[in-house]
Amino acid sequence: MLIFLARRLFQAVLVMLAVAFIAFALFNYVGDPIDSMVGQDTSLADRQQLRQELGLNDSFVVQFARFVGHAARGEFGLSYQQQRPVAQIILERMPATLELSFVSAALALALGVPMGIYTGLHRGSWLSQGLLGLSLVGVSLPTFLIGILLILVFSVDLKWLPSFGRGSVVHFGWWTSGLVTRDGWRAIIMPSVTLALFQMTLIMRLVRAEMIEVLRTDYIKFARARGLSNRAINFGHALKNTLVPVITVAGLQLGSIIAFAIITETVFQWPGMGLMFIQAVSSVDIPVMAAYLMLVGFFFVIINLVVDLLYHVIDPRLRIDREQVGIG
Amino acid sequence: MTGPVLRVENLRVQLPNRRGILTAIDNVSFAIEPGEVLGIVGESGAGKSLTGAAIIGLLEPPLRVAGGRISLAGRRIDNLPDGAMRRIRGREISAIFQDPLTSLNPLYTVGRQLVETIRTHLDLPPAAARERALSLLREVGIAGGDQRIDHYPHQFSGGMRQRIVIALAIAANPRLIIADEPTTALDVSIQAQIIALLKRLSRDHGTAIMLITHDMGVIAETAHRVAVMYAGRIVEIGKVREIVGNPRHPYTRGLMGSIPRIGGARGRLRQVEGAMPRLNEIPPGCPFNPRCPEAFDGCRQRRPELMPTGSGSAACWLYDKSAASMAAVADG
Amino acid sequence: MSSTLVCGSIASRWALADLASSAGAQRWHLALHRVFDSDLWWSFRRSPVTVGAAVISLVMVAAALLAGWIAPHDPFDPASLNLLDATNPPAWLPGGSWRFPLGTDDQGRDILSAILYGSRLSLGIGFAAVLLAMALGVTLGLLAGWRGGLVDTIIMRIADVKLSFPAILIALLIDGVARAMVPHDAQTEIASLVVIAAIVLSSWVQYARTVRASAMVERDKEYIQAARMIGVRPVRIVVGHLLPNAIGPVLVVATINLALAILTEATLSFLGVGLPPTQPSLGTLIRNGNDYLLSGDWWISIFPGVALAVLILSINLLGDWLRDALNPKLR
Repeated sequence: MLIFLARRLFQAVLVMLAVAFIAFALFNYVGDPIDSMVGQDTSLADRQQLRQELGLNDSFVVQFARFVGHAARGEFGLSYQQQRPVAQIILERMPATLELSFVSAALALALGVPMGIYTGLHRGSWLSQGLLGLSLVGVSLPTFLIGILLILVFSVDLKWLPSFGRGSVVHFGWWTSGLVTRDGWRAIIMPSVTLALFQMTLIMRLVRAEMIEVLRTDYIKFARARGLSNRAINFGHALKNTLVPVITVAGLQLGSIIAFAIITETVFQWPGMGLMFIQAVSSVDIPVMAAYLMLVGFFFVIINLVVDLLYHVIDPRLRIDREQVGIG
Repeated sequence: MTGPVLRVENLRVQLPNRRGILTAIDNVSFAIEPGEVLGIVGESGAGKSLTGAAIIGLLEPPLRVAGGRISLAGRRIDNLPDGAMRRIRGREISAIFQDPLTSLNPLYTVGRQLVETIRTHLDLPPAAARERALSLLREVGIAGGDQRIDHYPHQFSGGMRQRIVIALAIAANPRLIIADEPTTALDVSIQAQIIALLKRLSRDHGTAIMLITHDMGVIAETAHRVAVMYAGRIVEIGKVREIVGNPRHPYTRGLMGSIPRIGGARGRLRQVEGAMPRLNEIPPGCPFNPRCPEAFDGCRQRRPELMPTGSGSAACWLYDKSAASMAAVADG
Repeated sequence: MSSTLVCGSIASRWALADLASSAGAQRWHLALHRVFDSDLWWSFRRSPVTVGAAVISLVMVAAALLAGWIAPHDPFDPASLNLLDATNPPAWLPGGSWRFPLGTDDQGRDILSAILYGSRLSLGIGFAAVLLAMALGVTLGLLAGWRGGLVDTIIMRIADVKLSFPAILIALLIDGVARAMVPHDAQTEIASLVVIAAIVLSSWVQYARTVRASAMVERDKEYIQAARMIGVRPVRIVVGHLLPNAIGPVLVVATINLALAILTEATLSFLGVGLPPTQPSLGTLIRNGNDYLLSGDWWISIFPGVALAVLILSINLLGDWLRDALNPKLR
């Protein structure tokens, strides 16, 4: 078990380094950092000196090491656009994205899993067919379109919900939360539904497919032959076996919520990291792009690690036990 | 108990599909006495497993019972509602399947699966159920039950898993066990042990066993009587000794002739030409007639029912020459 | 005695080789035949939803291809635009006219024509991206599956890492990098190429994995080993035998990915980092119209949105049907 953990950690570090490498390459070689820092009329000599001071003439390895060192400490340099430390910008925007992601994930799970179970168990029913049809629509509609439609109906027509922004937020130390105010909640409803819809349909289809597979297995057939009640079979055996692989895949999917947040934040002008990233891409603000990349890479690696460990803990077949295997 | 444990009369199982209705089991009848081991033997696709599934009520739709009746100890069971059938499963009729690797839920301990089955059928508190589980494990020959009961299925070998499967099947002391290829997935040495176990259990508890297999050797070892199936019908049925020593139906003769025997006469193994017809290509008359070395006109026209042949019955016109020749005369 | 043995074994090797090479041609025949098997057509005809989806897809593809001829206006010819026509509502609402059936945008461009041209771009980019991703993924997959060993490990590691990041992110990254590296004026010209590249690089893994799995299964079969023994060139084996077996699942992946590609391109364009307003795809049109949503001119973004949704939906339906029809387990 420990060996497994060590190996996964090692892999995680490798992946992070790879991501850091890409971010660094972005940082240093795409566009000229000097150009974006100084004005047009700075003399060549001054530029050279600046180059030297910033250590841009050092070897690749040294620069990379320095980059990684800085990144580990949370220093990502200054944003070209805003001339402020990138770390500060990120800290400001992170709570918005995290809250949105969290609420969406909760929504997607809370609705997706039960719907998946129901459509898996009652395959022919009306409701199942309806839900499946809707899920197909959910998967086909681009996230931004859903957002636009929601805005059209609830903001423009009905005027119930705000179409942009976070509403009023409360500060807790460096964290800002919109979940403690009433219009914070009003503001988060549409974006989180938009973000959750895609995930929800994915989870529902996943749970359904897995459930159908499990219900076909020999051990379910044998459980039926033993006369176990439908409840025991469906919720005791089938459900547990369904959720085990689903947990892992769903976990990975939830990681992608953070990426899809980019789109949702753009539609609703939600002041989070996603919107920050898009603005950085449009204005070629390299430090911000690089920092976002590293951060998201970090999140993904952590999520993957946790999911792997979770799977290991849940599935007894993967636990290495020192007991002797019985002789037949 | 008087009377057979299981009586199957004129069972017909059909499969409607887009091209029409296929008959997978056609007019099958037999009975099993208490404590008897009846072997059902035949090639893959002959309908053996489907018969077992129909009896225990686990036919997968669109397969369905389209005719006949199935009675358990005199009580009709083929038309029972779901709930009633479920109470019979495991309690009065049990089934075990071919692959012990996949028959057990990998995520639950053996003990939990045993206790769950026990408590479903017998009204026992958890502690007593666990005791019974332990004694079941002992009975099927798993040593060290106290510890192993809390192990997971993957921690057992194939043979042991099949023993656990059997333990689960006898947990509520059923009258009949339907064993569908119980030894096919196991090593030959383990096969012998499992067969011995089944025989012992049958003797000790008076459980009848319907032993479905394609392996005639297993039947010869274990069964009292045997039914030979072909294309969804029983073509011969009788005592094992008779069928093995002196098969009557040409198909059975072909089967026996194709089995190599130690110490038997040397020479080429006989082979039956052709292959069993698919469900949508069953010829009129006797389904075996295209491949039968002794077929004559009557065989192609009318389908033979089971006819007495001395000690058993065979569905073959050879044993009812008078009726066949009358049919031939009538058709001119 | 030994010479007969040798002759016998050579003869059987030739026989195997012959079998392998004619089997190769046969395999392609079989593969294509399987696709158009009666079973497939039967289930196709039986499902009205699928037939409907296919019809819609075909109609849209045809309309997009013929955009140049059937569009009532050319929305991108500045000379034909009249600002007085700007922000007309659709024809059935007050203020609209049948000259502009679905209304006009802020510049007086006809929405219907814009949708037709935009669909053409969206479809074109989608198809191109899928074909290229398929080429890349299938090649890498075959390579990994056939060679195994280090090559396999490297390719699969890259694939694994890539898979843990969602496609959008990768597409955005590539897009961003391209932007940074290419001078501003050239950007609009190569915008479609950049988008295609972004989609290709973010979606090749699916193909690679599918093909690799199938290749590995086939590779160990005896007729392949026989072919290798007598020296049939690896390329021939790979293309002649491994590839046809993988075609089925690859086609299914491709159909799903087509919808995804169109969706990704639309998203990138909506976010402002895809196709520019001078060459708008459906996504760009929606982006453009978004600004007018709050002021009540909803048609500028909703109609392109509906067109996009219908397109993706019908392709998804086709993909679903294809997957079910080719899946032996569900038959």
